[in-house]
Amino acid sequence: MADLDGTFIEVEVTSDAASDVELARKLEEVCPVDIFAATDSGVEIVRGNLDECVLCELCLDAAPDGAVVVRKLYDGTELKR
Amino acid sequence: MRFYEFESRRLVERAGIPVTKYGFAKTADEARAAAAEIGGPVVVKSQVLTGGRMKAGGVKFADTPGEAAEHAEAILGLEINGHMPVGVLVDPKAEVEQEYYAAVLWDGRAKRPMMLFSDMGGIDIEQVAEEHPDHVGRGHISNLHPIADFRAKETVARCGMTGSELGRATRVLAGLARLQRDYDMTLAEINPVARLADGSFVALDAHMEMEDEAVGRHRKVLESIGVDLSEPREDYEPSEFERNVKAIDSADHRGVIQGKDHGFHGNLGLVIGAGGGSLTLTDAVRSQGGKPANYAEIGGNPSVAKSKGLAMEVLKKDGVEKIAVMMSIVSNTRVDIVARGVIKACLELGKDPAETIAIFRIPGAWEEEGYKILDKYGVEYADRTTSMWDAAGTAVAKIQGGAQ
Ligand code: SF4
Repeated sequence: MADLDGTFIEVEVTSDAASDVELARKLEEVCPVDIFAATDSGVEIVRGNLDECVLCELCLDAAPDGAVVVRKLYDGTELKR
Repeated sequence: MRFYEFESRRLVERAGIPVTKYGFAKTADEARAAAAEIGGPVVVKSQVLTGGRMKAGGVKFADTPGEAAEHAEAILGLEINGHMPVGVLVDPKAEVEQEYYAAVLWDGRAKRPMMLFSDMGGIDIEQVAEEHPDHVGRGHISNLHPIADFRAKETVARCGMTGSELGRATRVLAGLARLQRDYDMTLAEINPVARLADGSFVALDAHMEMEDEAVGRHRKVLESIGVDLSEPREDYEPSEFERNVKAIDSADHRGVIQGKDHGFHGNLGLVIGAGGGSLTLTDAVRSQGGKPANYAEIGGNPSVAKSKGLAMEVLKKDGVEKIAVMMSIVSNTRVDIVARGVIKACLELGKDPAETIAIFRIPGAWEEEGYKILDKYGVEYADRTTSMWDAAGTAVAKIQGGAQ
């Protein structure tokens, strides 16, 4: 079997953006599959939901350019602004 | 959806088809009262959604209301094929001169309802059709135009009936045809229709099955005849597979999955669906010599988790060696999402997706993205240029050790 673990999507938020409480609320609101959770200190990635990502790019639209990257692990490409 | 005999009787009565006086009873005392109201000898019948009532002692004759109560008491406590009765039907022991058969069912080949009538009722209609084809009249009707009595008359006349009998039987069959259409029945059957000593025609026993999707539309009528819509109406206990698939479906609003494995004992698991695709693909697998392990339906853009859930349940079934993931062309269901789900199912069960998924044939929305995922995991897939028939053939060949 190929050395593949069945993870399809990775989402990264830059450290500046990750501690932005206002942005965290926006990301939580726009993502249709609950990949972002807003906390008192910023945003957390809900890892259990990562593979539900529908590649809609709403998180990219909601965040400043470069703040969020959605990575497709199966072909190595990225969605980013 | 299947109906108990007493519910079918109420539907028939509602449709204006004559029935004899009858009573539905949930207790021995109610059965006694029903028998007294009818007057004379009666028959007390267990109300269960299974066959073999007579043999199991679920049908008994009584000459007095007291005897009817005694029989009801015994029948109400009698389990038949794992089913406890919801009550008993108390019918008069009718003086029947002749028995007939009337039915209206959906003819899938003609894509329209078909009426059936025979002057040899009370016995298995398939046997009559085989041994006495001239005693079975058939006639199709339109779902678009009003049902004309003469269509029913033609059907009845085909088994040789004439005169007043023809007129009376026609009214029963035409009424049944309207009932079938008005209530979205996949089967509306009266067997027997009886001609009594006074020449009247009555429905003695009826069997109705309603299209499941139509139940919501007829909720009011069903409730008015006493149907308990919360009660499961399967004629068997759902398997662990069926219960698990249902639970996964209920827990996640995204998309729809269904799974059935009653009567399936094969080695090829099916994760199939989309616009009639499930039936077509199950037939295709069988016609290609394969042995499906289950029937399934997946669609409506399920989540990765839901797709994974269905695939895992299929893979966990005893005897399943591989799965075939196939649909007709999808529009809102996303190919990449289903691909992620079924691959995850394999990996979480420690199986290699490339070995386990015999074929992935889901053309449609986001297919290019899906194909990238399948490529990555080495899963063989087919696009819309491969027919469902050929995709099924590939899966069957693989599981039989043929083409790889
Ligand atoms: S692309 Fe869409 S689904 Fe994916 S993380 Fe961003 S908002 Fe959520």
